[in-house]
Amino acid sequence: MSNEWPLWEIFIRGQHGMSHRHVGSLHAADEAGAIKNARDVYTRRNEGVSIWVVEARNITASSPSEKGPMYEPSESKVYRHPTFFDIPDDVGAM
Amino acid sequence: MDPYFEFLCRMGDNTLILGHRVSEWCGHAPVIEEDIALANTALDLIGQTQMWLGLAAEVEGKGRTADDLAMLRDAWDFRSALLVEQPNGDFGQTLMRQFLFDAWHLEMLKGLTQSCEPRVAEIAAKAVKEVQYHVERSSETVIGLGDGTEVSHDKMQAALNLLWPFAGELCTPDAVDDAMHAKGIAPDLTTIRTAYDTHIESVMAEATLTIPDSRFAHKGGKSGFQHSEHLGHILTQMQWLQRAYPGATW
Repeated sequence: MSNEWPLWEIFIRGQHGMSHRHVGSLHAADEAGAIKNARDVYTRRNEGVSIWVVEARNITASSPSEKGPMYEPSESKVYRHPTFFDIPDDVGAM
Repeated sequence: MDPYFEFLCRMGDNTLILGHRVSEWCGHAPVIEEDIALANTALDLIGQTQMWLGLAAEVEGKGRTADDLAMLRDAWDFRSALLVEQPNGDFGQTLMRQFLFDAWHLEMLKGLTQSCEPRVAEIAAKAVKEVQYHVERSSETVIGLGDGTEVSHDKMQAALNLLWPFAGELCTPDAVDDAMHAKGIAPDLTTIRTAYDTHIESVMAEATLTIPDSRFAHKGGKSGFQHSEHLGHILTQMQWLQRAYPGATW
């Protein structure tokens, strides 16, 4: 049995209308404790209005060794970038 | 001593001494997340101290400041309860002391938001939000460790047995408390005691801890009559710089 608490990934929403962003990770005994620790570690300078926590083991990640087939094919396909459109300022954050 | 001034010193000295005690954990807590959380709590309490002692200094009207009251009074002028000067002990003992204080602090501040003195009500309104979080954190930790392993349960029970006789002073009214209640400045401590007992009982039940079957309460902290020897040691550490280098600033 490990005597470390489980690891939690922390996501903070900086302001209403924005999406939650990953800010880091910390240890806590359970999800309620993770929220409290995230409050104390990541929002003490008024950084957030909402916190999500996810236990790190519940995140499935892509493997670095597969980066060739996973990502390189898209490098040469510049036409997939929607940079040819003008986005009106009124649209706000996208 | 003017009872209003004395009452404000009690509020500010409680948060000052407990804030200093909690700050002693900085860099020493069992995990870094708890270290940061304890430091945040200590900073909240020191911030509240600045407001209470700042108002106390104004009310006294002798040209002293919050810093003068914090750094240049000796033990017999401090009006903090005996509970807050008790040593940190282990982490569980610190959190038990914190919960026993937070539960009182929350009820007291809720009552003070209704104070007829607007300055008092304003300070209480600001502080109560911080303290709601303090009590949430300390009660969850007391429950987690009390209802945890056999070792953590025994340590928390020992902490409760040790600290329980120091908790009663906070809720036991004396002449100052009665005068503040009569003027509408502060709530009735007997009402606070009822809410406090209910809160403590529900948390201890969930924590599978047994509250000692005694209402005996050590006295002498908030009256300044007889602090424990621990307060002098805290002041030695806390005040030495201002004593050694009067007026030094940073």
